[in-house]
Order: sequence, then structure tokens, then C-alpha cells
Amino acid sequence: MSLFDNFKDPELCKALLDRIHKELDGELRFMEVCGTHTVSIFRSGVRSLLSDKVVHLSGPGCPVCVTHDSEVAAFLELAGKNAIIATFGDLMRVPGPDKKSLKSAQAEGARVKVVYSPFDALKLAQDNPGDKVVFLGVGFETTAPAIAATVKVAREQGITNFSVLCFHKLVPPALDALVGDPELKVQAFLLPGHVSAIIGVEPYRFLAEKHGLPAVVAGFEPVDILQALHLFVTMRNEGRAEVVNAYTRVVSDAGNPKAVSVMHEVFEPADALWRGIGLIPGSGLTVREEYAAFDAMRVFGMELKEVPAIKGCRCGDVLKGKLSPDGCPLFGKACTPAAPVGPCMVSTEGSCAAYYKYKV
Amino acid sequence: MCLAIPMEVLNIDGQSAEVQVGGTRQTVRLDLISEFPEVGDFVIVHAGFALTRLDREEAVATLKLFEEGLNVELI
Repeated sequence: MSLFDNFKDPELCKALLDRIHKELDGELRFMEVCGTHTVSIFRSGVRSLLSDKVVHLSGPGCPVCVTHDSEVAAFLELAGKNAIIATFGDLMRVPGPDKKSLKSAQAEGARVKVVYSPFDALKLAQDNPGDKVVFLGVGFETTAPAIAATVKVAREQGITNFSVLCFHKLVPPALDALVGDPELKVQAFLLPGHVSAIIGVEPYRFLAEKHGLPAVVAGFEPVDILQALHLFVTMRNEGRAEVVNAYTRVVSDAGNPKAVSVMHEVFEPADALWRGIGLIPGSGLTVREEYAAFDAMRVFGMELKEVPAIKGCRCGDVLKGKLSPDGCPLFGKACTPAAPVGPCMVSTEGSCAAYYKYKV
Repeated sequence: MCLAIPMEVLNIDGQSAEVQVGGTRQTVRLDLISEFPEVGDFVIVHAGFALTRLDREEAVATLKLFEEGLNVELI
């Protein structure tokens, strides 16, 4: 058994659960903002073991889900141009205007390729020198450095037929926008372990200092999640609110400065649109002028267009923690993983898909 | 897609490393990792890039705290 398997240890989980339930006074409403946390909390069984007093809210942590309708429309617009689209598989079935998706565009002849890594997309560009290859850049701070590193390699190697449609988003500005909403009833934040491995702990301090909300950077094993919940309870009982790094085997408080520097060399902060939340200042990334030749928006002369929202879809309210997935009238009826109406039912990390798979 | 998983480093070749988990092997880029890994280390892999090295000492320290605080036997 590996040392790291101890973070799945059932006895340890039981001991932590007992502590949480014994020491918890009143209700604890916590929100996670990471698709991997969403899935892990369900799949590990942690959710089913927690008392009703511990309320799990799944926030805007699934990159596919928070991608705005206008951005999905841009993917589809690009698919209609003379280019090879390289994308993470999760985006394939995300519904856009007129119920079209990259998958349906592919069926109609668009050249859409699923890749595991942006580096595979760069290889695709090298293998097809006569074609323009565009990588669809979605994802948070965990993902953006990988795309940036790939763009740097493309420039170093003089590859001119590769570009990125950059719709990356940043977690701390979104949390800031969320906690500013008086309707949001969240008492604690479970912070995303792998985003934090890049940005460190500092960018979250405002949660405790400005808003008095405890927040814990946590890993993805059941012990990690229960440890974070226990820390919330302890902090509350002791009358303090802090930002704590409990995932020290992976996250250093300073994050990964090398990855941050690569990300900022290629991209710069910009305003971005989030599904359900709208425009959040400084919450996205755009390609810097020095790398303009690798920016698909500039290469293809594109602009984001306003498009009608998906009819009846409540993904926006789900992402803000205002509606439980099964509270949506479409859930499990008009909207299922096999025939998704909204993005939260498409991605395996989406709250609705996780609810459907593990709760129904 | 934000899934990132710990994988064991089998060998290193310049800016790439061969890593494995379960029986799955793959090649990952090392452009982003601050602390270069050694063979036998575990790294967190995301979208074909190693992001960071897992720290055994920190893992042991966390588990020791659990042992003391919760009275369970682990390591």
C-alpha cells in the first residue's frame, strides 16, 4: 500500500465523521468550487454518510459548465471555418444555440478532434502543416498554464498554424463575485486543491479577512474532504475564520511560481462572462499582444456575440448554489446525461450529472 | 476536465517524463513543475503536464496529526 492510500482509510474516515457530528452545532452549509470535489464527494460515499445538518453546495467549479453561451457559440462559429478544432472531450456535447454542439458539427463534416493535452493539439498542427489548428482553451488556473506552455513551445519551434481560443477563467474573482451576492447562503468554502497547487493560498485570504468566511484548501480523497469539514466545525466552535491549507502534500502556500509565470507570460487578466453569473471583472484570461499570432480570436477576426440563453435551463442558478440540481423542472425528465439540455448535465463533473449518477 | 491525478515517475528525458498509474503509462511534459521530480516520485498530472510533486514528508506529517488527534493507527 502506498503512503498516500492512507487518505482513503475507512477507519480514519469514521473517526473524522464521528468528530464532525459530535462537535457540529447547528447547520453547516459549505460550497465546493471544483468539479473533482463534486464527483469525489458523491463517489466516495462521503455525502451519504454526512448528517442532514451538513449541506453540500456545488458551486461554479466545472469549467465546461461555467463556459458562457456566447463562448459556446464561438466554438461552433469556429467549427464552421476552414480549420481543425482540437478540444478536451468534455466540450463535445455542450449545447449551444439551436441545440447544436461540436459533436453535431462534427457529424455535419466539421473537423473536430478530441485531444487529452494541448500538447497533442500542437502535434496535430505539426502533422497538418497545410491546416490551421485551433485549441479550445477552457479551464481554470490548473489548466491555463499547460495551454500557455504549449503556446510558448509553438513560438519557440516556429509553428505558425496553431492558435488558442482563450476562454480561461480565474477562481478567486468568481468567489469574490459570489460572496458579494446577499442571497448566497454559504458558511464555508472548500477550496480547489489543484487550482491552489498553482496559485497558492494568498489569493483566497479575502474570504476570511473581508467576509469572515472560513475556507480550506483540500485534496480529493475522502479523508481530505472530511478533514476540511472538521476544520470548518472547529473554526466555528472557536469563533474564528481563517484560510487554511490542509493539502500540504501537494499545495505549497506560495503555489507554483513557475507555472504562474508561464501563464502570465502568455496570458493577461481580462473581464470574462460566466454562465449564471454574467460578467465578472478580471476573472478571465486573454492572449497578450506579444502572442497575438496564437490568439484564434485575432487570427480568425472573431468577436463574442450575444446569443439567447437555453430555454428552461436553470444551470445558472445551480452554479450559484441557489438551486439543487433536482430542483430544476427539467432534471431527469427533459434533461438527462444521454440528452442534456444544459452543460451541468453534460460534463461528468457537472453538478447535475453527478446528482443524476449518484443520487437518483 | 479539471481532473488531475498522482502518477509515479518511471523515467525522465529532458522536458518529458514517463509516468504510470494503475497499468496506464503516458508521457508528460515537465515545463511547469517548479521542483524537478526524480524517478520514483509521484507527480500530479493534468492535461499532459506534471504540475507539482507530491511531498511524502508533508503526507506523513498530516497523517501523524490524525494519529495523535483521533487516536487511530495509520503508519
